[in-house]
Amino acid sequence: MEGPYAYASTAVKADWMSGGSARYWRAAEPKSGYDVVVVGAGGHGLATAYYLAQNHGITDVAVIEKGWLGGGNMARNTTVIRSNYLWDESAAIYEHSLKLWEGLEEALDFDIQFSQRGVLNLAHDLGDVRTSMRRVHANRLNGIDAEWLDPSQVKEFCPIVNVSPGARYPVLGATLQRRGGVARHDKVAWAFARGADRHGVDIVEHCEVTGFVRGDGGRVAGVETTRGTIHANTVALAAAGHTSVLASMAGLRLPLQSHPLQALVSVLLEPVLGCVVMSNAVHVYVSQADKGELVMGAGIDAHNSYTQRGAFHIIEHQMAAAIELFPVFAHARLLRTWGGIVDVCPDASPIIGLTPVDGLLINCGWGTGGFKATPGSGWVYADTIANGRPHPLAEPYALERFTTGALIDEHGAAAVAH
Amino acid sequence: MLLIPCPWCGPRDEAEFRYGGQAGLSYPSDPEALSDEQWGDYLFMRDNPKGDFAERWMHAAGCRRWFDVVRDTSSDEIRGGSG
Repeated sequence: MEGPYAYASTAVKADWMSGGSARYWRAAEPKSGYDVVVVGAGGHGLATAYYLAQNHGITDVAVIEKGWLGGGNMARNTTVIRSNYLWDESAAIYEHSLKLWEGLEEALDFDIQFSQRGVLNLAHDLGDVRTSMRRVHANRLNGIDAEWLDPSQVKEFCPIVNVSPGARYPVLGATLQRRGGVARHDKVAWAFARGADRHGVDIVEHCEVTGFVRGDGGRVAGVETTRGTIHANTVALAAAGHTSVLASMAGLRLPLQSHPLQALVSVLLEPVLGCVVMSNAVHVYVSQADKGELVMGAGIDAHNSYTQRGAFHIIEHQMAAAIELFPVFAHARLLRTWGGIVDVCPDASPIIGLTPVDGLLINCGWGTGGFKATPGSGWVYADTIANGRPHPLAEPYALERFTTGALIDEHGAAAVAH
Repeated sequence: MLLIPCPWCGPRDEAEFRYGGQAGLSYPSDPEALSDEQWGDYLFMRDNPKGDFAERWMHAAGCRRWFDVVRDTSSDEIRGGSG
């Protein structure tokens, strides 16, 4: 797993062993003003700041964060990366993101443990088979690698999946995206933070937004925070589950609902699972971390909540399905579960771009699947901020689609296991 | 897991219920009169507060009746309910 990068795993480990003296970013004090203030130091916010500096030369930027860097959904997701979405708009932005992932370790000079081990999406009934095959064809038309595997090929690719016809969830086949995989989420946050910091971006943790500074004509001209007033020409939200709370401070209503989304890991095991397996129908998605834990995601809890806690019956339901699909998992023990707060849009697609409030931009609604989009989202958001108009890949994701009706309905490809 | 006060059956486990989202929404009385923006609002916009939220639940594994509760979404504490 070692790459030829300055901050390879061994360097990170050696630094921790020696008491953690190296810093990937400065602990900046907020200045009185910036050109751009990005709210939220998760993956999307940090990537946005990095690309603002790297691609657009905009370095008078602060990323402010109410908690600690990468401590929200960036630390809570199940790290799946893929681009096999159905619709052209989704294929374009997620494939853009996947291509960036493929060069990210070199670009950021940081080992993020990016591993293209392949993503299987299982089909359990004829409806699944038809929509899966349709998605394979749609992906290929969009230049995205996609294959259809029959049950014996599924078994060959992932020997521990139960493909017996008598299974409760029979495996009738699966789509495979070989370029899909995983990356170590914390390291992705650190890598973008380090890259942004090196361009002079201020990263200000423990700095919560409590309101907006309003300028001429009501435009947003900065933020009020727990660490004082910070003026800005542009305020760009990248706050995931708390976007509605922030937007409401600016009088902006968004078509978002915030839900708990849970995930869990098993104890450390010998390598048993060499790919990512997802099953939308039974709400299981699983991979094995390099360290050995099985990493599994559940479906969202149905109710709105900001508690970062979900109900145990969701976990129970998911485990029942996982053990049906992978009988060998019955030997595994649960190590821990946790929850994040995801902001879900009615069409399971994000909202990126300008808002009716001048000076305020949004990038939200990534719901259950934002991690894979981290570099692509940051790239198009930075371009949108820098130019004051949507990046071409972000155009279809404008807030206006909820008035025009031009939704990007990705419930099929995204579903719960985004 | 939430303990939800069904007004008919008493407090029961969340697993017995189906969620219905924001309470108090009604179908527009004259849909033809709405602008695209108003219709989009009706279809897609829901409150998403961090704090008290009036919401619908249906006791799917019990009496199968719908009712409203007020729950604090920052703590999941249920403050009250009504049929």
